[in-house]
Amino acid sequence: MPGQRRHRKRRNKSHTTVIAPLDFLAVTGRGLLSACQTTGSLALFALAGLTHLVRPPFYGRVFARVMLQMAYFSLPVVALTAIFTGMVLALQSYTGFSRFSAESAVANVVVLSITRELGPVLAGLMVAGRVGAAMAAEIGTMRVTDQIDALATLSTNPMKYLVAPRLLAGVISLPLLVVVADILGVMGGYIVSTLKLGFNAETYLTRTMNFLEPMDVISGLVKAAVFGFIIALMGCYQGYHSRGGAEGVGSATTSAVVAASILILGFDYFLTEMFFAR
Amino acid sequence: MTTAKIRVRGLRKSFGGKRVLEGVDLEIMPSTSMVVIGGSGSGKSVLVKCILGLIEPEAGEIEIDGQDILELSRADQEEVRGRMGMLFQNGALFDSLQVWENIGFGLIARGKSTRSQARERATELLTMVGLGAGVRDLYPSELSGGMQKRVALARAIAAEPDILFFDEPTTGLDPIMGAVIDDLIMELVRGTGSTTVAITHDMASARRIGDSAAMLYQGQIVWTGPATKLMNSGNPLVDQFTHGRLEGPIEVEVSRE
Repeated sequence: MPGQRRHRKRRNKSHTTVIAPLDFLAVTGRGLLSACQTTGSLALFALAGLTHLVRPPFYGRVFARVMLQMAYFSLPVVALTAIFTGMVLALQSYTGFSRFSAESAVANVVVLSITRELGPVLAGLMVAGRVGAAMAAEIGTMRVTDQIDALATLSTNPMKYLVAPRLLAGVISLPLLVVVADILGVMGGYIVSTLKLGFNAETYLTRTMNFLEPMDVISGLVKAAVFGFIIALMGCYQGYHSRGGAEGVGSATTSAVVAASILILGFDYFLTEMFFAR
Repeated sequence: MTTAKIRVRGLRKSFGGKRVLEGVDLEIMPSTSMVVIGGSGSGKSVLVKCILGLIEPEAGEIEIDGQDILELSRADQEEVRGRMGMLFQNGALFDSLQVWENIGFGLIARGKSTRSQARERATELLTMVGLGAGVRDLYPSELSGGMQKRVALARAIAAEPDILFFDEPTTGLDPIMGAVIDDLIMELVRGTGSTTVAITHDMASARRIGDSAAMLYQGQIVWTGPATKLMNSGNPLVDQFTHGRLEGPIEVEVSRE
């Protein structure tokens, strides 16, 4: 008997190797289909959330709480990120540019990099890690403990109560944070340039403002609004669809942060191209 | 003859190929309480969630006061369902809100009262479920399991619903606290004339709070009768279940791999 069983096992194995190439196609197909499905359901989810933004009732209290969470309590993290980035940017570009005697461009490099690129992207990534994760965890816990169903039984639409205020808070709060990040990032560069690299304070500031155009800042703020929307959307979506207890909430949190980060970097490229590529 | 408060006919629902409800028929008369028993995973919760509109069934009718609510417009459905209340298994209190905000949530959401009125009403309701006004400003996480259940009960009855659902009201509580909750349910619901449906597999609780009982097995109602008959129904499925026997027509699925 044991011999027979072993024999059967071996035959099973060879059976699977025969159809392996087809398996590969099946896996690819399944992946593609599920990617399409996710994109579709994400789009519908976003649309549902947005339509609730313009239809009463509005939950100002929830919105205020999320704004506090997302904007105010993210200030320290975003501020520190911006200051250090500005500082390191000044130092790096100074040492790098000195090879071809272009040190005087440090001020311009710092302000353009911060406002156009690093301010929104780094603030976005930090907020995705902080707030996107918290949103997914909170909504996911509400899902697995029946609190979302409870909302529905109390005549409250969960999409309107939970998702819509968060999407709005995302779109508003991240640009506000990026304004702060822009200012502090430039300040970081200024500190290093004047105290360490021997730039004249007045000249540095004049140079900073000289080549800065309104569009540089505006494009950064528009990016921030888009990133804020992405962060809130992924946090809500992953949380809302989490399944299976603590483990499900954990993986929803991870997915929310990873997906938001990748989407931020992807959209960053396309938005940059939209604004500046002629 | 009076119309049934809730009449479910031929209700079907499956999840990813697994058929959970396979044609459930159930009638519940006004101002009575029905207890639905059945094994874990037999679809009791799904049945209640279908009536509450949390899950959309694939086929069947759900009549409330003789009106099939699945055929109503979305707004009318919400209107009907606004008159239902639900006590969830683990309370499902909103942990970001204080106790009184939880209790008054439905009242504020339905525009029935302002925040200050809801706060006063919450205090009354807390007294009714045997809790002091002291817990009003606490958060759910600061309460014990029994207290959470009482607060959840207060929240469910706050808007004085016509129909109340209880999902395993005594699960997770000690026997005495279970009896206390059952008592509260009887006391608070009987006076208001609302119709109740309770899911349970606690037989003592089932006999305490139920007028009639029904057993759900393999996606269908296999027995209905008075709750007092639960322990000697004459139906082999029900008898095996209520007495917890291993031998009988119900095959216990225990995988041995």
